[in-house]
Amino acid sequence: MSGQTPSQTVGPFFGFALLREGHEVLVSDATAGERIVIEGRVFDGDGAPLNDALIEIWQANAAGRYDHPDDRQEKPLDAAFHGFGRCPTDDSGRFHFRTIRPGPVPGPGNTLQAPHINVTVLARGMLKQLVTRIYFEGEPSNADDPILGLVGEPERRKTLIAKRGNGKNGTYTFDIRLQGPGETVFFDV
Amino acid sequence: MSDPIPYRREEKGAQPPSLYPPYVSTLKRAPRQPLILMPQTLSEVTGPVYGHDKVVPDDSDLTRQHKGEPQGERIVVSGRVLDESGRPVPRTLVEIWQTNAAGRYIHHGDQHSAPLDPNFSGAGRTLTDADGRYKFVTVKPGAYPWRNHPNAWRPAHIHFSLFGPSFLTRLVTQMYFQGDPLIPLDPVYNGIPDKKAAARMVSRFDLEATVPEWALGYCFDIVLRGREATPMEH
Ligand SMILES: [Fe+3]
Repeated sequence: MSGQTPSQTVGPFFGFALLREGHEVLVSDATAGERIVIEGRVFDGDGAPLNDALIEIWQANAAGRYDHPDDRQEKPLDAAFHGFGRCPTDDSGRFHFRTIRPGPVPGPGNTLQAPHINVTVLARGMLKQLVTRIYFEGEPSNADDPILGLVGEPERRKTLIAKRGNGKNGTYTFDIRLQGPGETVFFDV
Repeated sequence: MSDPIPYRREEKGAQPPSLYPPYVSTLKRAPRQPLILMPQTLSEVTGPVYGHDKVVPDDSDLTRQHKGEPQGERIVVSGRVLDESGRPVPRTLVEIWQTNAAGRYIHHGDQHSAPLDPNFSGAGRTLTDADGRYKFVTVKPGAYPWRNHPNAWRPAHIHFSLFGPSFLTRLVTQMYFQGDPLIPLDPVYNGIPDKKAAARMVSRFDLEATVPEWALGYCFDIVLRGREATPMEH
């Protein structure tokens, strides 16, 4: 038995090592599923945008299956979708992903989880990553989602639900507030 | 479908708090609300799996990415990626980035007046082998100043990013060098509550890994979160 290696901040200078062009685009023409865009901004406790954060996402395909050996569900894999994306924030704290709306995946016991995207936030000033989730506004199964249900206050639950973009089809807005009013719910997993 | 076998939780003392006031930038970036404890579902125990095709051998030799050899002290950094039960983590992506020998990042945002090195970018990547081993050839990074407090200097370090087998085994850390006098003064290093755990980030000079008449060897083993129990084989 050995002890965990501690986490340290990603710092401000990861870009030249961790970023590849197109990392924020998870889809190609061959990918199955409903195209969506997730866009948002990351803010600190003063409401100032972070221009040096790194957002990573991990999600199931349109059928609700993860491209991973531990997902043994009898659902189809999609050779044109792997489910991982990375995007740095720009000078205005903005990030965006082009992906598909994930299908539902099983939850604890015999529950079903509402469609969601798993999110990791890394940045200078963060000794360890923060973990949150993106759910979708207007999705009826949100009401029964076992993880959303863990968040007591309805106001806080809202921080996990991406809002439909005004006018633009398939665009969702998901802002991340690290601290203060409207602070995003982060999970201990 | 039965619930997945969970991974062990964060080891108390080994992982930093989000808020650590001596590291001043944490003051406005750490959540103030408690984290919500959640069960690990299929979403957390799965994660991106990388193929060998995306990494080429030259990616792990940072001294051969340009026409000439970089300035500085050539070093070999190697080790194993393991889980908490000591089992190797095979075929996982390891990404590193660092300053050049003078303490300067190639990143456009680095304002340190130390010189850039036209023969050094400072980024590398590799996959661990079947025994969880990895190896990089690089140069020893330099210390650099930062604005956390008056006369603040980061100890020489190499940034490491790893995925492991799931989204929750994701680890971003830093590797330090044995005997660096800046380590005890560093608020990033000192953010780890358990001193013995923090010391796991200090690489060990390794005569075995040292290549005669060519480069010193440093050994850095990395331990990711492991499962509560051995997953059933199918
Ligand atoms: Fe650094």
